[in-house]
Amino acid sequence: MRTPLFTLILLAIAAALYLAFRVIGNDYLFFLGYVVLQYVVIATAWNILGGYCGYVNFGSAGFFAIGVYSTIFFYNIGQSPEDVFPEFMLAPMAWIFPLPLPVLIVLGGVFAGLIGLGMGYLTLRLRGVFFAIATLALAVVLETFIVNWSFVGGSRGAYVIPPESVPVFGTFIQYLFVLMLLLAVASLAAARLIERSRLGIGFATIRDDELAAEASGVPTLKLKLIATVLSGALFGMAGAPFPFYIGYVEPNSAFNLSYAVNAIAMPMIGGTTSWIGPMVGALILSTLQQIVTVTISSAVNLLITGLLLIGFVILAPNGLVGLWHHWTARRSNS
Amino acid sequence: MQFDLLINAIIAGLMLGAFYAAVTAGISISFGMLDIVNIAHPGFIILGSYIAYIVNAQFGIDPIIVAILALPVFYALGALVYGIYFQSFERRGQDSLRGLAFFFGLLFVTEVGLILAFGVDYRSVGTSYVGGSITLGPMEFPLRMLVPAIVSLAMFAALQLFMSRTFIGRAVMAVSQDPQALELMAVDPTRIKRIAFSLAMATCAMAGAFLIVIQPVLPSSGREYIGRVFAICVLGGLGSLPGTLIAALLIGVIESIATTFYGPSWAPAVSFGLLLLTLAVRPSGLLGR
Repeated sequence: MRTPLFTLILLAIAAALYLAFRVIGNDYLFFLGYVVLQYVVIATAWNILGGYCGYVNFGSAGFFAIGVYSTIFFYNIGQSPEDVFPEFMLAPMAWIFPLPLPVLIVLGGVFAGLIGLGMGYLTLRLRGVFFAIATLALAVVLETFIVNWSFVGGSRGAYVIPPESVPVFGTFIQYLFVLMLLLAVASLAAARLIERSRLGIGFATIRDDELAAEASGVPTLKLKLIATVLSGALFGMAGAPFPFYIGYVEPNSAFNLSYAVNAIAMPMIGGTTSWIGPMVGALILSTLQQIVTVTISSAVNLLITGLLLIGFVILAPNGLVGLWHHWTARRSNS
Repeated sequence: MQFDLLINAIIAGLMLGAFYAAVTAGISISFGMLDIVNIAHPGFIILGSYIAYIVNAQFGIDPIIVAILALPVFYALGALVYGIYFQSFERRGQDSLRGLAFFFGLLFVTEVGLILAFGVDYRSVGTSYVGGSITLGPMEFPLRMLVPAIVSLAMFAALQLFMSRTFIGRAVMAVSQDPQALELMAVDPTRIKRIAFSLAMATCAMAGAFLIVIQPVLPSSGREYIGRVFAICVLGGLGSLPGTLIAALLIGVIESIATTFYGPSWAPAVSFGLLLLTLAVRPSGLLGR
């Protein structure tokens, strides 16, 4: 299937989903759907570097938080431009600020992508393990900076007040939901496109044998940097609308370890070799998490996620997609 | 006055560094020598802290003695974890991506398990020396830092002696360099790795007890040590125990000075900044091969 057609089909499914939710007319569905879709984007973002190139990123929470805090930064500028800009710039700035949410999402993606580029350049020339450890460190360094940066709220946190209603969509949560839906469609289409392009083949050579790839003339460092930037930018874009969703952000919630764990667990449980795996993993796992959080407790939900991650990497290394292929292959044989 | 402050910051840093050396010793063995990226190590250290806490609260036994009694338990736990790791990943040649995810999952499950069992309150131990301190002129040695630091250095020295003097210790060094050559000497590399990994895990019992003597512990306390231990391990040079000790003392002192003069909220960034710098400039570390 060609990419434009595939994207159209995804968009049709997305539109059908949105209309169905509107017909049901319960705002809680949109709140729930937003979280699930956010995890679809996060899992896909992780998989571009982790699944396609084989480089583990433990710092997903850090990249996500870059998006979150870029939004808060620009939101705070929009709240009090007279503190930031000199007198003569106030008039043009009043015209620019407050920035609309889609612009904030793009900005979040740009910043997270740039940080990914910088960190990738420092560590990707080494063995993959060092990159993984450095990403762990990155999240903590960023958190330290945010805690000490009072303009974005520091450790006290920051409030973001979403508008009451939005034209066309009605309530603000519906607007957020549609944005996240489009972002999920875009990231799935991008992941599928990468998978089938020369870029994806290059990524696969890195995953399978980096030394051999390098020897055959694959520009491994360049490809790894591209993957890191793409993946980082998607994380940032997933994080950018989050302050508007939650209303109040403090470093602990933006850098929450559960993002890092889910970002790894979802692709691993779904299957890392294609775009379907992270999507399936994210849909199943985050729906399950929502149910468990509501019915039992959020600690139990995290425990289940961790146990599922361990169980799948030991017993089903190729995830649910791998199990499915295995099952269909056996059925067609008999 | 400023000078006194500096002296005491350096002393506190050296004691902190000695404690960091105990925390990192296990990583230095498992990551540095065996190439097993056990990022769950800090999680097991917190487990050690909680075991010290439970026994101390129930029977009033000193946490460091509890840790020595718990050594065989952690050794067995290490053998178990290595067994699973070997069967599932190392033997299948899938140790990089999935092995990392496995240990990450272990870290997470340990933390959440402790949260479910003990809640998110700070836990601490009561010992006779927690409140006391020794004063020498302008210098002050709080005992809750000094006692763990001294025991930690003793443990570190014992480990270094074991690694350099005994047959098994030398075999561990050899397995990190050439497992095939070891096989030719009729030594089973898997057995050697299991012993070394279990030893690394056993150090968690000790480090956990030191930690809970030094400061109250939360289930999530382990996280701030992940980057720190790897920073120390990489800075010291992979697989070099003396390098680890030097790097641990160095990072302890730098962190302590940063805390004293710039405030504690900047301390975590110190070791991570150093880690990134080391990886970028000299990935083989101070005393690397």
